[in-house]
Amino acid sequence: MTRSENGAVLDIDDVTVGYRQAGSWREAVRHVSLAIPSGQTCGLVGESGSGKTTLALATMRYLPEEGMVRQGEIRFRGRNLLELKDSEIRKIWGSDIAMVPQDALASLNPSVNLGEQVAEILRYHRGLSKAEAREQTLELFERVQLGDPQRVCNSYPHQLSGGMLQRVLTAAAISTEPSLLVLDEPTSSLDVTTQAVMLDLLRELIGGQQQTAVVYITHNLGVVAQISDRVAVMYAGDLMEDAPTVDLYREPLHPYTRGLLDCVPRLGENKTEVNLRPIQGRIPSLQDLPSGCIFRPRCPLAIEVCKEYPPLYEAGDNRRSRCHRWDEIKAKEVSASQPVPEAAQVSAPSVSGEGVLDVEDVKVHFTEGRSLVKLISGEPPTKVKAVDGVSLDVPQGRTVGLVGESGSGKTTLARAVVGLAERTGGTIKLLDMELPPGLRERTSEIFRCLQIVFQNPAETLNPYLSVSQILRRPLMRLMDQTPEELDAAVEDLLHAVHLSGEYASRLPGQLSGGEKQRVAIARAFAPRPDLVIADEPVTSLDVSVQASILNLFDELQGEEEIGTLFISHDLAVVGYLADVVAVIYLGQLMEVSESASVFDPPHHPYTEALLSSVPLIDPEGEQEEIRLEGEVPSPSEEITGCPFHTRCPRFIGPICVEEVPPWRDIEGVDKRTFCHYTEEELRERQRRTFRFSESSE
Amino acid sequence: MVLYVVRRLGFLLLTLLVTSIIVFLVTRWLPGDVARVILGREAGEAALESLREELGLNDPLYVQYGRWLMDFVVGDWGMSFSTRSDIRPLVMGRVRNSLRLALVTLVISVPLAIVLGIVAGLNEDTLIDSVISISALSVVGLPEFVTGLILIQIFAFGLNILPASSSVPPDVSFIEVLPKLILPSLTATLVLLAYVARLTRAGVIEELEKSYVRTAALKGLPYRTVVFKHVLRNALMPTITVIAISFGWLISGLVVVENVFNYPGLGRLLVFAVGRNDLPVIQAVIMVTVVGFASANLLADLLYGFLNPRIRLGE
Repeated sequence: MTRSENGAVLDIDDVTVGYRQAGSWREAVRHVSLAIPSGQTCGLVGESGSGKTTLALATMRYLPEEGMVRQGEIRFRGRNLLELKDSEIRKIWGSDIAMVPQDALASLNPSVNLGEQVAEILRYHRGLSKAEAREQTLELFERVQLGDPQRVCNSYPHQLSGGMLQRVLTAAAISTEPSLLVLDEPTSSLDVTTQAVMLDLLRELIGGQQQTAVVYITHNLGVVAQISDRVAVMYAGDLMEDAPTVDLYREPLHPYTRGLLDCVPRLGENKTEVNLRPIQGRIPSLQDLPSGCIFRPRCPLAIEVCKEYPPLYEAGDNRRSRCHRWDEIKAKEVSASQPVPEAAQVSAPSVSGEGVLDVEDVKVHFTEGRSLVKLISGEPPTKVKAVDGVSLDVPQGRTVGLVGESGSGKTTLARAVVGLAERTGGTIKLLDMELPPGLRERTSEIFRCLQIVFQNPAETLNPYLSVSQILRRPLMRLMDQTPEELDAAVEDLLHAVHLSGEYASRLPGQLSGGEKQRVAIARAFAPRPDLVIADEPVTSLDVSVQASILNLFDELQGEEEIGTLFISHDLAVVGYLADVVAVIYLGQLMEVSESASVFDPPHHPYTEALLSSVPLIDPEGEQEEIRLEGEVPSPSEEITGCPFHTRCPRFIGPICVEEVPPWRDIEGVDKRTFCHYTEEELRERQRRTFRFSESSE
Repeated sequence: MVLYVVRRLGFLLLTLLVTSIIVFLVTRWLPGDVARVILGREAGEAALESLREELGLNDPLYVQYGRWLMDFVVGDWGMSFSTRSDIRPLVMGRVRNSLRLALVTLVISVPLAIVLGIVAGLNEDTLIDSVISISALSVVGLPEFVTGLILIQIFAFGLNILPASSSVPPDVSFIEVLPKLILPSLTATLVLLAYVARLTRAGVIEELEKSYVRTAALKGLPYRTVVFKHVLRNALMPTITVIAISFGWLISGLVVVENVFNYPGLGRLLVFAVGRNDLPVIQAVIMVTVVGFASANLLADLLYGFLNPRIRLGE
């Protein structure tokens, strides 16, 4: 086989991909050209709807039936994949081109054992015998650092964790040493500590395969900074910019790239020092694309010439930008930054007021499997300690951030406070009211004072009620407002969340994800609560939308002087928005700290591991490499002493297993840790876990 | 898996117990005095009373139930009111006939339905799919007595290759009776076919959309490997359980088919007994039917548990 002229393994040449919909074509990817030589990892980033997955599927030549490459060529080692017969492409799939898909559990066959799911590739493409294939599979499992390969081989997908399944898929993909590897968000469903380990592994594997070209698709700007040599930025189907990673992060030459980088909070940033600059407007839909440059309506630099569709300009230094004004940006004659929204100027450090919420030693224990059979056989039911003795205050006018990985109990704690999960121990006080455990015993005054914003706005709004009906409900039920007052109140609420009055008559189905979350936030703030709990409110949103929602929280809370309990798995987001950060692991708090000092040592060892696991949005940044082994234990396991001792990189000895650690105050700052190590001992051992490079400031 | 089997068996026994109570109570509460049914209209009050005493009809209900249940379990199913003969051999003979019919029906219908369903599912929304789906649906719309008569018209009177009537004397071997089973089985097949085929089709379509199929395809495996090894293993799980459950229906639910072909199965016996208000026979047939249904359900659960690694490898 011959290489194409430019020596690239993969050469995407002016490709346009369309989907047939109701008799017409929607072009999800337009005029994309991208060449990836062997040994290079190219990151493909973009928000949802950017066309990155469509482009990857077109590259694999595996578009859904209604999709078609309408124009251009996709050359793999010089051969146009689009012209191959089905039998020819099948010889390439799995052998020369392999893909690691997103969502490992769904991507593996639930009823075929994992060893076979890898071995079948080797038997088919390499002609190995059953025994040889199995032996190689075991070796591959060892290479992707799966402990006990024998057991993994005989396991079925439901028996292993997401991180382990992702390794199995990776082993399958590299089994034939393909020349092109397409990775589609391989770490996006993993927890941050697992993701860090997985990224290390991928880097190592890719580094070991000098002949392989890699396409790495992700929406995560940190992940792509850490793993790729080049980055291609996609927006609504257009390739906006393509540059070596370091250059792109140092000096983006497209206003959209600039916008993306400015709207994500970086680890260590706080709202008191830095502003997020959301990208104004919204992503256009495919059937309604703006003429000329498709970013024009949202671009701070748009001028007359932008009404013409820009080509991908060669911008020197091996970079390209689809912006008419790239040279002005490069010469620093203009700034491509989005304006700071007026309402979200740097907020003054909020003054701690009186306590709004006082959570004291709260426990939520479930009993699982209280079945008839267990009752008869006398087997004790399994106890699950979702939350196990958490004490936390939320003062008036402050935001307390609660950060933890999946299974840490953060959502259960939120549900216990609002009464959706009944606590089995401890007390919760709201202002001077003692909150009963269950919803039924709670008065409407409690409901008024305590509101919640859920993670997924699409599922929390009743699809059959208009926005105004949704907002009226809490006003009527909890505020006793008269019908005359209601209309004005709805308008005020919409205004407060930056939606125009015409949204009142819309149904949730007619809103974008960000708009839905604005409505959900307006609904929560409607009865003028004293405490708002936000459970991962930005997790399901794209980064440009996320920024505006974070700003909105900051703004509303500043106006209303309420307390907020903000829950997230994202340490950067929590560190940005919160005044106080609480870190939770297996149902217990590990550390509570002012956000100003949470990023500086001494840390609780778990916080330290979290901080060194977050992929920095800076390819030149430096970071300690502290990795956690294994998986988060199940909350039904009985763990004595410190709950973190099974994975702690700073494990001391028997004391961690036998004794519950004390809470220690750290001198000079408002921080306490739940660890046997004293402050001095931690200071001796710990360094700052991460440092951004000068150029990224 | 062991726990799973034990649990299923436990549920089976509980189900049987509950249904036996219902069957007992319903037959007791039905209008009509058992003693009068036995002795006839002209019997005197004294004779009736002594028979009631003799049959234990004056005992408390739970005593009657206990006695009836124990008798049933040990195999003493009593005498038929109408034929004055022992019930057990009568019912068991019919059970054997029904099992034969069910078996032949399954052998014909299952492979046919699954193949049609798979072909339709793999070719969703194409001409083949439409032909299969529409013809299967149009057949299922016809009642059994219509399809049965059409089949008789074609194969018995037209081609003259199969007998029109399936009435069989009691002790004949399976081989001898086989030709007579084909037409009733075909009739029952037509009822089952559309249902099983559509379920298979839906299963195949659902599985084809899952991510693991894409993973398998992108391994470059041949199409038939992707389909047979990956898709069908999951797609056929619901089909297999439904087939197992429909076995219960085949044993007892073929009343119309049995009547059209004059075939002495359980269904006809039930109709016969109901017509004569023959309570002990009704009870026995229903209990046997319930056992059949429950066992078929158990079989379905066990098969599903065996095929699904989530359950097979569960605790």
